[in-house]
Amino acid sequence: MEYLFSTAVGALTAGGIYLVLRQRTFTVILGISLLTYAVNLFLFASGRLSINLPAVLRYGTETYGDPLPQALVLTAIVISFGMTAVIVMLGLGAYLAARDDRIDLDDATPGATDTAPAQGKGDMT
Amino acid sequence: MPLILIAILPFLGALLPGLMIRAGRTVCAWTTATVTAAALIGLLVHAPAVLAGEVITYRLDWLPQLGLNANFMLDGLGLLFAGLILGIGLLIIIYARFYLSREDPMGTFYTYLLLFQGAMVGIVLSDNVLLMLVFWELTSLSSFLLIGYWKHLPEGRQGARMALAVTGMGGLALIGGMLILGQIAGSYDLSVILTQKDAVQASPLYLPALILILLGAFTKSAQFPFHFWLPHAMAAPTPVSAYLHSATMVKAGLFLMARLWPVLAGTPEWFYIVATTGLVTMVLGALIALFKDDLKALLAFSTVSHLGLITMLLGFGTPFAAVAAVFHIINHATFKAALFMTAGIIDHETQTRDIKRLGGLRHLMPVTFVIGTLAALSMAGIPLLNGFLSKEMMLEEAERTIWSGTPWLVPALATFGALLSAAYSFRFVIHTFMGPERHDYPARPHDPGFGLWGAPALLVVLVVVIGILPAAVAGGLVAAASGAVIGGDLPYYSLKIWHGITPALYMSIIALAGGAVLLALHRPLDRLWQATPRPEAKVIFDALMAGVVWLARAITAGVHNGSMARSGAVFAVTIVVAGYAAWAGGAQAPATRDLLPLAAVPLAGWFALMLVTLCLVFWHHQRLVALILIGVIGLIVSVGFVYFSAPDLALTQATVEVVTVILLLLMLNFIPKTTPFESSAGRRLRDGAIAVAVGLGAAALTFALQITDFAQPSISAYHLANSKTGGGGTNVVNVILVDFRGFDTFGEITVLGIAALVIFALTEAVLASPVGKWLANRPLNPDKAGDAHPLMMVVATRVMMPIALVVGTYIFLRGHNEPGGGFIAGLIVAIALVMQYMASGFDWAAARQRFPYHGIIAAGVLIAALTGVGSWFAGRPFLTSSFGYFEIWPIEEFELATAMAFDVGVFLCVVGAVMLALESLARLARRSGVRPSPHAMDVDPSRDVTAGGQ
Repeated sequence: MEYLFSTAVGALTAGGIYLVLRQRTFTVILGISLLTYAVNLFLFASGRLSINLPAVLRYGTETYGDPLPQALVLTAIVISFGMTAVIVMLGLGAYLAARDDRIDLDDATPGATDTAPAQGKGDMT
Repeated sequence: MPLILIAILPFLGALLPGLMIRAGRTVCAWTTATVTAAALIGLLVHAPAVLAGEVITYRLDWLPQLGLNANFMLDGLGLLFAGLILGIGLLIIIYARFYLSREDPMGTFYTYLLLFQGAMVGIVLSDNVLLMLVFWELTSLSSFLLIGYWKHLPEGRQGARMALAVTGMGGLALIGGMLILGQIAGSYDLSVILTQKDAVQASPLYLPALILILLGAFTKSAQFPFHFWLPHAMAAPTPVSAYLHSATMVKAGLFLMARLWPVLAGTPEWFYIVATTGLVTMVLGALIALFKDDLKALLAFSTVSHLGLITMLLGFGTPFAAVAAVFHIINHATFKAALFMTAGIIDHETQTRDIKRLGGLRHLMPVTFVIGTLAALSMAGIPLLNGFLSKEMMLEEAERTIWSGTPWLVPALATFGALLSAAYSFRFVIHTFMGPERHDYPARPHDPGFGLWGAPALLVVLVVVIGILPAAVAGGLVAAASGAVIGGDLPYYSLKIWHGITPALYMSIIALAGGAVLLALHRPLDRLWQATPRPEAKVIFDALMAGVVWLARAITAGVHNGSMARSGAVFAVTIVVAGYAAWAGGAQAPATRDLLPLAAVPLAGWFALMLVTLCLVFWHHQRLVALILIGVIGLIVSVGFVYFSAPDLALTQATVEVVTVILLLLMLNFIPKTTPFESSAGRRLRDGAIAVAVGLGAAALTFALQITDFAQPSISAYHLANSKTGGGGTNVVNVILVDFRGFDTFGEITVLGIAALVIFALTEAVLASPVGKWLANRPLNPDKAGDAHPLMMVVATRVMMPIALVVGTYIFLRGHNEPGGGFIAGLIVAIALVMQYMASGFDWAAARQRFPYHGIIAAGVLIAALTGVGSWFAGRPFLTSSFGYFEIWPIEEFELATAMAFDVGVFLCVVGAVMLALESLARLARRSGVRPSPHAMDVDPSRDVTAGGQ
């Protein structure tokens, strides 16, 4: 089972990284979402995996899943929604201002940041 | 007064000048002087005990685990330096009142000065080296402010930057050295370190520690080859120069060497590094000083030279030399501060400091003449003045010193240095005050008021008194301070003018006579000096800095050229490489856990997840498809949480997934629906390789984590054991959120609320900009659905609304004991509300929304905070929860916990934040000219029937 879990985390990470390295805001946001899943799963797994254990305390049971990573991941999921919402708004504002959703102003040449007036408006948000 | 108060008083007092300047310049100066005087009195109260040999300490544990304690110690050395810092500081404050012009912001000046003073006092009173380092860095920063005080002068700014760069770099080296020293000695407390001489000097790390510490001391005390910053710091106002370069900043390095003398001194390494550096600095500084025409530059290089002298004495490593060093520190501070103030007076009254434009001032400025002359002659080493006494001791010790088997080298160079020193001192007097009166002074010179000459006059009185009655006036202080430096019995010495006919006397006579001859030959020598090519330190420094800046720019531009993809790639690769290095470099714990058995259902889920992730990567150009696939992945993850015994996470993940997809749909409403193919094949290959490498790393890390047990016992057991008894709930996850880690949760909901407000603010900014007008009038999408608010959907959501609210309430109420809670309930309610917006339209829903979402967020945070504050009234710490069981007929016994009120806050904050974020984005879609429809549905049969009936 641990093989499956680990490879799934790996696949989500790899997909996330690939999408984050792309050129358009929407794709990058998707990539960040994938990375979020991967990170949350990883944190969750730091309590070690457990199957068919009770979720709440009951008499006569000694073993439970590790509650601490669960609590941390729970808030992480909610917070990551808030952060996704902020970058969505940033990306959207930049697109609306520049009519272009590329994240890199000019990928090839260093210092091109200063010489792209149309793109510069993207900073307004 | 406790020692900590003496050190902190100037910092506290630094708040005052900025306020008191409104009451006038004099009041401001007196306030500042009062602060310093209070600290000085507090210090002097301890003086009798310290002079009697006691060591006063003050202990305050701060971070004892790190060895970082606010321990203060006052011994003879500390008393000497703290007395100099506060005493001369007091004189400088009075002097500055009359020196600064009306245009200079005096409140700022005094604030900087007090900050600096506090930092210096802190250095000399610290008993903990880490604490000392903090103060050390503070002196670098505050001296930067002081040197650059005249912000309008480019020299001032450059000088300040140079001083900061040099002393700051030295400070970094010092941190390294002190940490090594603390490691060797096993403590960061100076009182312990000072007893560990043998352990330190036997350690293989002695030399690295020594070099690093000396780098710090040499840069601060302007020793060759770091001497160049000091003359450039002369661009500061003269009170600053007088303070920093006579008694304080540059003496900090000497203090450090003296303080650590018992541990570090006495080895050949110490002798050759410290004594040689001091000797070279002494001769070089004096040589340059002789040919400087600017009075302050002359004094600056003479300071460099005298610092070299003291460094050399400390470097000799003998107890007698240490006594001479301590004595010269006192003498140099008195005559040099007086000289700087004299130079300031001359500059102030004649509007020039160029020695070639001065001369003949003795009749025009008689008081200044007397003060300046006595101080300068003391610097030259004329008998009956204090400079003579310590210089004799220096020569006596130099005469005994053998450098690498050569007995004549040190005495000859020391005499030569003294000769040069005499020459420039004479030059200061003769070329400024003697000679015929001139008629081309830039301003008509005359003596200033008592305010300006009072302070240097007092110092000159000390110069003379110590010079005539050394043992009576300074004997006790010298003995106490030397005793602290040596850390053992004092050697035989006597502070008196006449020691008989000794070699030192001959050397002294040679120096004075030679100095006079050299001054007579000054004109031809000066021409020769000006014609000789010399390396210019500032040019070298600037070139060096330019090189460093270029290198930093080149690296930054290579890694971080503004392309996010590139930084991302660099970041990812770095992490993989660092992770691999950590894995390859460390030992792996053996596998201690059995693997869970494989089953068919999770295998199917795994296949689905892999497939969907692959599809997402390949089809991400179709944005709607990609969004659906993300949703699928989220659902699989939720199911995974259920499978791995985490129902709370599953509920959260599923509900968050819904709102995230709605969020991204809202974004997709505005942006293009497809991503163009624009990356080259090579680029895709590269990114793919990076992605696979990171993915493999993540998989390996996750797996490695799974097969081993916890390295330390987990605190989860505590939570499990106390959840029911202490927190009153059986759902441990929820109890952790609202009780054990309630403060974390409080922070998290606050962050969530802030994120929502940020989104709201960004939306406002977009709508207020020209983009907002364009948005409102943009062309309609031709593919628009005919029925934006279909009947079926409106009816269905209306029916579902109360059900969803009941479910939300239920999930909330059971949260403490069953999976659920404020987070999940908040998300469910938010989804129910969003559905109304989606089905019935923004305007229809917004018109029925009574409470602004900002208010709901605020209410949530407030309720959570008040719940926490409530426990104060019960005399418990913030957010301590309590619970009890109640019975109200006809309901069964139920539990009420204060944590539930906290959970209400969480609930409200989540609802408000999610709704505010989505509503803000939705507002972007509103168009101008479209009146809000009073009807929820575009097509409404009941309305049509009514219309048809008319």
